[in-house]
Amino acid sequence: MDRAATAEKIAELIAPFNKKGITITEASTFAGDLEWDSLTVMDFVAAIEDEFDIIISMNQQAEIETYGQLIDAVTRLQG
Amino acid sequence: MADLFSKFDPLIEQRRALLAGGVEDPFNLVMERVISPTVAVCNGRETILLGTYNYMGMTFDPDVIAAGKQALDDYGSGTTGSRVLNGTYAGHRACEEALKEFYGMDHAMVFSTGYQANLGIISTMAGKGDYIVLDIDSHASIWDGCKMGDAEVVPFKHNDIEAMEKRLKRIPEGAGKLVVLEGVYSMLGDIAPLKEMIRIAKDNGAMVLVDEAHSMGFIGPNGRGVAEDQGVLDQVDFVIGTFSKSVGTVGGFCVSNHPKFEILRLVCRPYVFTASLPPSVVHTAATSIRKLMHAGNKRAHLWENSRTLHKGLRDRGFQLGTQEPQSAIIAVIMPDLERGAMMWEALLKEGLYVNLARPPATPAGMTLLRCSLCAEHSADQVETILGMFERAGKAVGII
Repeated sequence: MDRAATAEKIAELIAPFNKKGITITEASTFAGDLEWDSLTVMDFVAAIEDEFDIIISMNQQAEIETYGQLIDAVTRLQG
Repeated sequence: MADLFSKFDPLIEQRRALLAGGVEDPFNLVMERVISPTVAVCNGRETILLGTYNYMGMTFDPDVIAAGKQALDDYGSGTTGSRVLNGTYAGHRACEEALKEFYGMDHAMVFSTGYQANLGIISTMAGKGDYIVLDIDSHASIWDGCKMGDAEVVPFKHNDIEAMEKRLKRIPEGAGKLVVLEGVYSMLGDIAPLKEMIRIAKDNGAMVLVDEAHSMGFIGPNGRGVAEDQGVLDQVDFVIGTFSKSVGTVGGFCVSNHPKFEILRLVCRPYVFTASLPPSVVHTAATSIRKLMHAGNKRAHLWENSRTLHKGLRDRGFQLGTQEPQSAIIAVIMPDLERGAMMWEALLKEGLYVNLARPPATPAGMTLLRCSLCAEHSADQVETILGMFERAGKAVGII
């Protein structure tokens, strides 16, 4: 799946987690802009992992701060 | 100059607000005198202890105490050295022999604390390019072991067999895999479906480590833990345990049948770079472990206590962490931290000590009053405890 298609899929997946309806751009941060706690992060990561059949290890998650970085990482991890 | 302590401001403020309400500090209690495994004096008041993890009540066992006193006389107050230099005494070996017998395993390695056992074994075994698959509700010592090593860390939803399997199957072929599980999860007192999880871990070529800290001594036919109880102990590569619960002192250990296990003594930094346990501690531990091999009656009484407390609290309208009692931990779920602290204080004034647990130690942001039972709690004490809970619960408005 290319970056655009991956981005589209992730946009679908993130909707139910974005309970405050915050406008998300590629620069949006999960901890800051979205104000997600660690439980929400875990559930969202699990949803992404299951959809794309990938692993995003804790080590990799630590490198992902923004929505754009997440799309990059998922695009790359699909190999 | 930026104050490095600024990051703690939210916590400092939360504590200030809590204590400003006049509530006693739940994290600063002093046991002034300890009368038995189940009774101490706190704030000048005789208090029943229901939050000690002293499951088998070995802390005042006469044989255990005698062994400790003798060791002080024979070997002195401390070893002043690492296990691999001058810090291995006869008592450390005796402790490891007792553990090998207790678990029926080939190797045992004693650490200075249970925290260090997890920290050392996990960080040393799983290295760069390896994968650790672990339950999201794992103990801090497991997480810290993961953080200290260089392996890829992959958590899965608590006790979710399918989530674990999916993640195992996605790990690149040829990579080393370690699955880390606990027998009893200490926050809610629930047990893991080890039989199924270990089968799946093995089918996917993973080694398995199980932390049995909260089950040793009373779960399983020989008190070896949840893996024994579910008939899969022979499939577990590494059992981690502690002396600070059922054994009744302090220390940690790992037992294993791995043929190369002994090399860990040279490469495991939390084992090498710290002083070994004092002689009195290892002699009390060895004596206690041997007595725990023959503690069937105590085990039975502890289970009775657990069932009575669980049913009594549920009948009185408290919300509990598990539907059925699965261990000697009964977690009472509080509506929030404020009322949790009030309830904790009301119980203390009744003369009952329980653990107040709150995020981040607890799952799902819960505030819990955790009760851990002891085989030395009498049936009368358990009834007294239920009366205290009822009065305090009504006073605080929780039931």
